[in-house]
Amino acid sequence: MRIFVPRDAAARALGADAVAAEIEAQARQRGVDVEIVRNGSRGMVWLEPLVEIDGAAGRLAFGPMDVADVAGLFEASENHPKALGPTDELDWMKRQTRLTFARCGVVDPLSLADYEAHGGLAGLRRAIGMTGAEIVEEVTESGLRGRGGAGFPTGIKWKTVAGADAPQKYIVCNADEGDSGTFADRMLMEGDPFTLIEGMAIAGLAVGATKGYVYLRSEYPDAIEVMSEAVRIARQERMLGGSVLGSAHAFDMEIRVGAGAYVCGEETSLLNSLEGKRGVVRAKPPLPALEGFLGRPTVVNNVISLASVPVILERGAAFYRDFGMGRSRGTIPLQIAGNVARGGLFEVAFGLSLAEIVDEIAGGTASGRPVKAVQVGGPLGAYFPRELFDTPFGYEDYAAQDGLIGHAGLVVFDDTVDMLSQARFAMEFCAIESCGKCTPCRIGAVRGVETVDRIARGDRPDEQIVLLKDLCETMKAGSLCALGGFTPYPVVSALTHFPQDFTPRPLAEAAE
Amino acid sequence: MVLQLSSQEIAERTSAVVEELAQLEGPLLPILHAVQQEFGFVPAGALPVIAEGLNLSRAEVHGVMSFYHDFREKPAGRHVVKVCRAEACQSMGGDAVAERMRERLGVDWHETTADGNVTLEPVFCLGLCACAPAAMVDERLVGRVDEARAVALLAEVGA
Ligand SMILES: Cc1cc2nc3c(=O)[nH]c(=O)nc-3n(C[C@H](O)[C@H](O)[C@H](O)COP(=O)(O)O)c2cc1C
Ligand code: SF4
Ligand code: FES
Ligand code: FES
Repeated sequence: MRIFVPRDAAARALGADAVAAEIEAQARQRGVDVEIVRNGSRGMVWLEPLVEIDGAAGRLAFGPMDVADVAGLFEASENHPKALGPTDELDWMKRQTRLTFARCGVVDPLSLADYEAHGGLAGLRRAIGMTGAEIVEEVTESGLRGRGGAGFPTGIKWKTVAGADAPQKYIVCNADEGDSGTFADRMLMEGDPFTLIEGMAIAGLAVGATKGYVYLRSEYPDAIEVMSEAVRIARQERMLGGSVLGSAHAFDMEIRVGAGAYVCGEETSLLNSLEGKRGVVRAKPPLPALEGFLGRPTVVNNVISLASVPVILERGAAFYRDFGMGRSRGTIPLQIAGNVARGGLFEVAFGLSLAEIVDEIAGGTASGRPVKAVQVGGPLGAYFPRELFDTPFGYEDYAAQDGLIGHAGLVVFDDTVDMLSQARFAMEFCAIESCGKCTPCRIGAVRGVETVDRIARGDRPDEQIVLLKDLCETMKAGSLCALGGFTPYPVVSALTHFPQDFTPRPLAEAAE
Repeated sequence: MVLQLSSQEIAERTSAVVEELAQLEGPLLPILHAVQQEFGFVPAGALPVIAEGLNLSRAEVHGVMSFYHDFREKPAGRHVVKVCRAEACQSMGGDAVAERMRERLGVDWHETTADGNVTLEPVFCLGLCACAPAAMVDERLVGRVDEARAVALLAEVGA
């Protein structure tokens, strides 16, 4: 009997290790032969730990599992109180288009054989038979845009690096995933690490880079462990190294661990950090594509951008491009988080409205109270009120509402949230994480916190609101990077859509 | 247990780390991580050794180290409790959980309890945003931490 118990950090944070241990103990006690596979998560975090039994009829899901629920798995499991039926028939799974996450939660993350049996390596094999220019063309044609936040067309970035002449070029994967409300990078690295490795190797072939780095945040110990082990296996199996899959191409990579600085997700700060410097943002130009890591031409791409490349090479640009809408092509792994009944990862073609995502897919709030606001795109993203819930999920559509999709994280808040506090937090976060290079960000954020506090205290609030808006304009216009430049999004959206919260509060609250 | 380290021991062990990692491209962060792994913090006595090994000034090494939240100049408590303070956790009552922990431990953020048992640290997102509020107790991640759970977690580490 094969039983799947996720090793995903969220599953473990909800008790998956104890469940796995109990399954093993029960199996031993009953003399049943059980193989436990620690897979990635299927993305249904509200059902974690989600255990699957591989039976004649496919995989059957049980969740959320408790240690006490384990014994029942060995009895009449169809009648198990936590039985959910076939995993693939669950509504959450059926409604998705899983391209980038096709294997996540399905395969054993550290079995290259399993990876290949589920379509892995097909993209890389095809790429090996193509010229670099053809690979770049394929990625450009797919319409893939950066999933790290800025939405820059991936193929065009690659073309710049491919065209640069240098003795050494690099592929740097941005796995800093600092945005709150996001966990797609983490889930992919823990659940299907070879897809990222394959995407990086294809990028290497495309631009003529032989070395890659994954800059992985230190807050993700599980992802660091799985990725490091996957790289070791890939090297051993000759997927990486001097002759990638027996070809004439060389590509190898290393995992590097960040050190707890949000701004190091910004690509130039990341490169400084990777070089062993303070994670201060660099002025552009020069573009990292021309002068990146150690001054050499460098592709910096997000985990999900790179992990979407294998399927594009495997199935072709047109296949990928046919999903989505407008200039937002392909699929996007939505990360539904915060106060929701059903939270998790949901990969789907661009274009869903916020109402569909929040009300239908997520099932409203966990608290059962009305939704008041959804912050989309991390700490630099705008707060959306219900009046804007018809906004379709796409880069331009969110920009048109003075927001951004960022890394596609959505944090849902119920009606108990105080938007003044959220605006204050946005400024406070910017002040804590500012790299210090420019004044509007470094000083502006501190002033922002003080100004919000004055509004809360009732110290000439109308004047302060004008001041806060001015300050936001200054930060937007005068910041070198999006930390200072986009912190105004959450602040201004809170002010614009929830003005009733920007009124003086009772003393007790303001005092804290 | 915080053992008293001699400066010679610090220098020797740091030297071994530097020697092992110096050939990496951009070796400083891996070295600082490895030194912190070795001692539980980055002792002041390690900085000149790192600086010399990498041909940097001591001030440069210190400048890099102090930029990053992860590196400690002093040993932490026997246990480190990290509490997520970011938005998804806020939406699920994370502020109250964090406040409760602070109150229970009687320390502020980044501080260690007087008995040296627990260091309390804020963290901005653990990637557990769909099972918020989240915390990390030493190496262990925990999701859906409510106030009662927070108190129980602290009790598990003797606080
Ligand atoms: C403050 C700040 C933080 C960022 N954090 C991340 C991050 O954690 N992950 C990421 O992929 N991109 C992040 N970015 C965006 C990167 O600068 C860059 O656009 C991205 O890595 C490019 O890859 P892509 O084109 O594949 O998205 C951040 C940007 C800023 C300004
Ligand atoms: S906006 Fe802030 S984080 Fe960005 S470069 Fe300026 S000071 Fe640094
Ligand atoms: S570097 Fe110009 S806005 Fe970020
Ligand atoms: S916001 Fe707390 S874990 Fe992501």
